[in-house]
Amino acid sequence: MSDTSLRMGQTRPEPAARPWEGAEIVLGVRDLRVSYYTPRGPVRAVNGVSFTLRRGEAFGLVGESGSGKSTIALSLLQLIKPPGRIEGGQALLDGKDILSLSEEEMRRLRLAEIALITQGAMNSLNPVMRIRDQIIDAWRDHGEPVNCREAEDRIRDLLRWVGLRPEVARMYPHELSGGMKQRAVIAIAISMRPKVIIADEPTSALDVVVQRQIMQTLRRIQRELGAAVILIGHDMGLMAQFVDRLGVMYAGKVVEVSPVRDIFKDPLHPYTQLLIASLPSLARKGQLQGIPGLPPSLLSPPPGCPFHPRCPFVMDRCRVAVPLLELKRPNRLVACHLYERDEEQA
Amino acid sequence: MTTLLEARKVTKVYGGGLFRRDRTVALEDFSLRIEPEPPSITAIVGESGSGKTTLARLLLGMTMPTAGAILYQGKDLRTLSRREWRAFRRDVQAIFQDPYEVYNPFYRIDHVLHTPLKKFGLVKSEREAQQRIVEALQAVGLRPEETLGRYPHQLSGGQRQRVMVARALLVRPRLIIADEPVSMVDASLRATILDSLRALTRDFGVSLIYITHDLITAYQISDNIIVLYRGSVAEAGHAEPVVQEPQHPYTRLLIGSIPLPDPDRAWSEEQEPSEIGRLADASTGCTFANRCPYAMEMCLERHPPLYQTERYRVTACYLYRESPLLASEHLDEAFVRPGVAGPAVATSGAADDSTAGA
Repeated sequence: MSDTSLRMGQTRPEPAARPWEGAEIVLGVRDLRVSYYTPRGPVRAVNGVSFTLRRGEAFGLVGESGSGKSTIALSLLQLIKPPGRIEGGQALLDGKDILSLSEEEMRRLRLAEIALITQGAMNSLNPVMRIRDQIIDAWRDHGEPVNCREAEDRIRDLLRWVGLRPEVARMYPHELSGGMKQRAVIAIAISMRPKVIIADEPTSALDVVVQRQIMQTLRRIQRELGAAVILIGHDMGLMAQFVDRLGVMYAGKVVEVSPVRDIFKDPLHPYTQLLIASLPSLARKGQLQGIPGLPPSLLSPPPGCPFHPRCPFVMDRCRVAVPLLELKRPNRLVACHLYERDEEQA
Repeated sequence: MTTLLEARKVTKVYGGGLFRRDRTVALEDFSLRIEPEPPSITAIVGESGSGKTTLARLLLGMTMPTAGAILYQGKDLRTLSRREWRAFRRDVQAIFQDPYEVYNPFYRIDHVLHTPLKKFGLVKSEREAQQRIVEALQAVGLRPEETLGRYPHQLSGGQRQRVMVARALLVRPRLIIADEPVSMVDASLRATILDSLRALTRDFGVSLIYITHDLITAYQISDNIIVLYRGSVAEAGHAEPVVQEPQHPYTRLLIGSIPLPDPDRAWSEEQEPSEIGRLADASTGCTFANRCPYAMEMCLERHPPLYQTERYRVTACYLYRESPLLASEHLDEAFVRPGVAGPAVATSGAADDSTAGA
């Protein structure tokens, strides 16, 4: 009980610039495979994804629609519904494979150890329940004895932590603005001090000014809590501002993982390079350069590297051999044959 | 030369009636003129509640103003004959944020593309129609073989948006009013689509009113930007100075909030409203005063008028009250005219009227 209850005023010291370095691994995802069985055949939405998450770090998974990023979030909480199916892989949370847990074990794990904040999370609030009752509900659901007086105090602290006034406890969701609702959702998500928070496009429905406020709140809470965050999204700007390390997804695979500064300064995978070049900037006007071509159909992905049909540096072996995600530079993983060739020449 | 489309001192109020408290002023005293020549791209930027979608609906004649008028070629939309209305429908095309509603669910996607070609007599043969449709779909990154023959519900939101852009490319109207046309499209493709819209202006003389919350893409494609805040113009003028050196505290907040794709340029912290700003009641003075770090006594009394702070910029803020006033109905006098040798950097007094000759 004591280690899940909120202790205010016990703020952790500001983390070092690279909080993840040297920290232990809290979540290790290995060769995750998820398919959706459609009438037209199986869609390999997540096709062998591996990554690690260190305690206290902010890790980003960026990808365009259909790249599989949200499916990863749902798999980690065992929320994949038929016709979707987790076909293989492991996700070790503190050494325990959460993909093999029973439904009851998983239910207890959610919120207590791993929490999800989604895109439409604002709409996941129960419209006919006051905010305080929804928080208490979540606690009860996880078998925490809730004594009334103590609960009031904890809820007040919790709301203050996410930047909400104490009065919000007695309000219904419709009385709150979009940003306030998202704060309430964050309050519920962190109420049991999870080790891992998965935030899947947490601000995509909000205006930029509110987005910044919410993301800055989330970052502050993450640091104080010492939790690791997986931020899932499509907005490279948000990634640049929020995460420590970034994984880039394409067609169900992770094609590059690097510290975020390295990715923006020197992207290795050709897809990452084109993606960054396609971002409209405030610095240069008149540059609107998209990536030619379209992502492959996941019903019949191309052989070899999934990006080869659009890749400006395509070679013969890219058409036949799937490149593996490997360490090609210090701290940098990339799945691309270009770098193997570089190494051979070197 | 008759102005193609004009909003003249338009105000739109929702609700209200007997109970004045229920009144929501969606747009207040807004004026804009779109001339047929030269073709221009005007961005209207605002967050939710800014009135930008109300403005789109007004300009398209989908709702009528509470005060003021929308004029198509000098005539009030309310007084157009059936024939004039038909010409308006052809000349001014819309692209919407979620275009699901504009599709008839019983018709295949082909229908929405074929109809305007036939109705406006834009093609000579069925083969030409087919060819132009295929080209237009490819231009917005859709595979014709995976799009044609499908029903609207079989496409994603982003795909439906792109079909609407393709339709606009096919019809080649004189003005496109696009309300968040690429909000559901991935970044790598968004650039491609915006570029095809820009090409439409450059190559075919189609003007564009680009309505969005996204200041970066607005900056990328537009000549002039109008920043709306809660129904009023906060700042407007040449895109370059408005974005590079924003004046209005709201524009500064908006630009400071954009998550830049550069880890070395960190988000700034939001400034708190001033002591006086905290007292502000948005119903009387400046609508931004209650969030403004610079709010002064005078900001609580009356909403600020437009000050022409530079040749090509107006700002509705008392911080710039030393600058000359510009009547709201002459807003577009602070706009650069594309094609005419534009100002490199427009600073007050540095450029004279000759550079803006329409």
